[in-house]
Amino acid sequence: MRIQDVAYARSSDKGDHVDIGLFAYVEPSYQLLLEELTVDRLQKFFAPMGIGKVDRYPVPGLLAIKFVIHNALDGGGARSLRADNQGKTWSGALLRYAQVRLDER
Amino acid sequence: MDTLRVGAGVGFYGDTFLPALEMMQQSAVDFVCFEDLAELTLAILQKDRARNPKQGGYTKDLIPMLEAGLGTALHNRVRIITNAGGLNPDAAAQAVTELAKRLGLSLKIATVTGDAILERLGEFLPFPHMETGQPLPQDISRRALFANVYLGARPIVRALEEGADLVITGRVADPSLFLAPVVYHFGWDWDNWDRIALGTVVGHLLECSSQVTGGNHGGHWDAIEGLDQIGFPIAEVNSDDQVVITKLPGSGGRVDVDTVREQLLYEIHDPSAYLTPDVVVNVTGARLELVGRDRVKVSGIRGTQRPAQYKALLGYEDGYMGQGMMGYSWPDALKKAQAVEAIMRRQISRFNLPVDEIRAEYLGYNSLHGPLANEEYADQLNEVYLRFAVRTPDRRTAEQISRLMVPLALGGPPTASGLIGVDRVRSLMGLWPTLIDRNVVDDQVSVKVEEVGT
Repeated sequence: MRIQDVAYARSSDKGDHVDIGLFAYVEPSYQLLLEELTVDRLQKFFAPMGIGKVDRYPVPGLLAIKFVIHNALDGGGARSLRADNQGKTWSGALLRYAQVRLDER
Repeated sequence: MDTLRVGAGVGFYGDTFLPALEMMQQSAVDFVCFEDLAELTLAILQKDRARNPKQGGYTKDLIPMLEAGLGTALHNRVRIITNAGGLNPDAAAQAVTELAKRLGLSLKIATVTGDAILERLGEFLPFPHMETGQPLPQDISRRALFANVYLGARPIVRALEEGADLVITGRVADPSLFLAPVVYHFGWDWDNWDRIALGTVVGHLLECSSQVTGGNHGGHWDAIEGLDQIGFPIAEVNSDDQVVITKLPGSGGRVDVDTVREQLLYEIHDPSAYLTPDVVVNVTGARLELVGRDRVKVSGIRGTQRPAQYKALLGYEDGYMGQGMMGYSWPDALKKAQAVEAIMRRQISRFNLPVDEIRAEYLGYNSLHGPLANEEYADQLNEVYLRFAVRTPDRRTAEQISRLMVPLALGGPPTASGLIGVDRVRSLMGLWPTLIDRNVVDDQVSVKVEEVGT
């Protein structure tokens, strides 16, 4: 299963946090994503980026999961030295991780 | 059935205003709202105001936009609301007044001020950090560049009640700009939380312009047509509290459940408690239905009582960034670029340059995903650019460090090529959010309405 066929994501900054919305196209893939993308796993996956805690908010009615990655941008977009200073590509990183989880099933 | 139509003007400072002009020309909307202020924008405007305290500090797209559209808007009775006033709404209003005189237009301009609190920061100390509770340290308050409260929709509604054709504000929460005309038009009560939440969601869906009409769409983006003339969103709100998000017929892009749900959850943190100055919004029960081509009906939005306090954001100077780039080709493209990083690091320590942070990124390999990048093809890359960035306490060191890179075009690994160069040094800004009492702010909020050209 290719993740880009079953879900998509958008991410951006809010202060020093990265805010990611993940959206499934159909119910069964939504359930898979809910099972695979736990707070603990994402905490470990994003750890090399230097982050604080991870919050997860499922919104089943929209087949969506919101993730908020705290203290993820070196103090915020205006302070960060990164090319992606606003976390716009974290959605892609999350999708690839989701792909890895699905491949392992 | 009474239907109000609100259009999105711009989604950030720098966005195109052509879609808004089209809405005004076609009388397709009753109001158009221009949302110009991202968190980073105030930093840009602060630099502008520092250079020109009297006339700087508002977004420079305001005058060209009004020059192109104000006459049409007035003629077609489209009223304009914008936070383009930024850090200097009075100067923006003055510039618009001069423009209106020059164009021979008569209108009522309202200016909303009172959001800027830097000059009275003392009243708000200890200004505890919103998340950590830590009081604002003195060495940060000394370096403060701006401090602004996120105001709500109420002062804008007051301006509309006084007949303003154009409302210019400073920092107002983005969705509040759009909520205001809805509350004004239908006379909604401020404590009808479900309604205020619905109007706020209208604002949230429109505030990023084309992000809800197929722009920056994470889904099947390559199936979205007409991005060369993407339409900006229009919300239709009727007297039965029905909301439809749509765009001008014939414009590019798309409005469907996928583009709308993506924006609905964008940057709102907790979907069951999206905090705004006007209401706390719960979108977890939202229902989105495609009810026609490029038409999505939004319902199921709930609201609860607004937060007791306002959010305020202080920006402070936090060092400088110097950066340079060099490109290398196969063979060993990544290895060569990595060698340059190592050389730069050694030189920085040899010359004892005061550097607080170094960031090396490899464009085409890991500049966006950093340590999360896939290493699979690292050895086979056709080309790689090294971007080497440093954080320094002063501007001079930042400049020096960028210059270290240039000689490596001849004195480093082979095939240095492409966009070799050093970038202008940029000043960096830290953010300090806090919560402050409403009444202390509200006492100072002012709505000034002036008639021009009569």
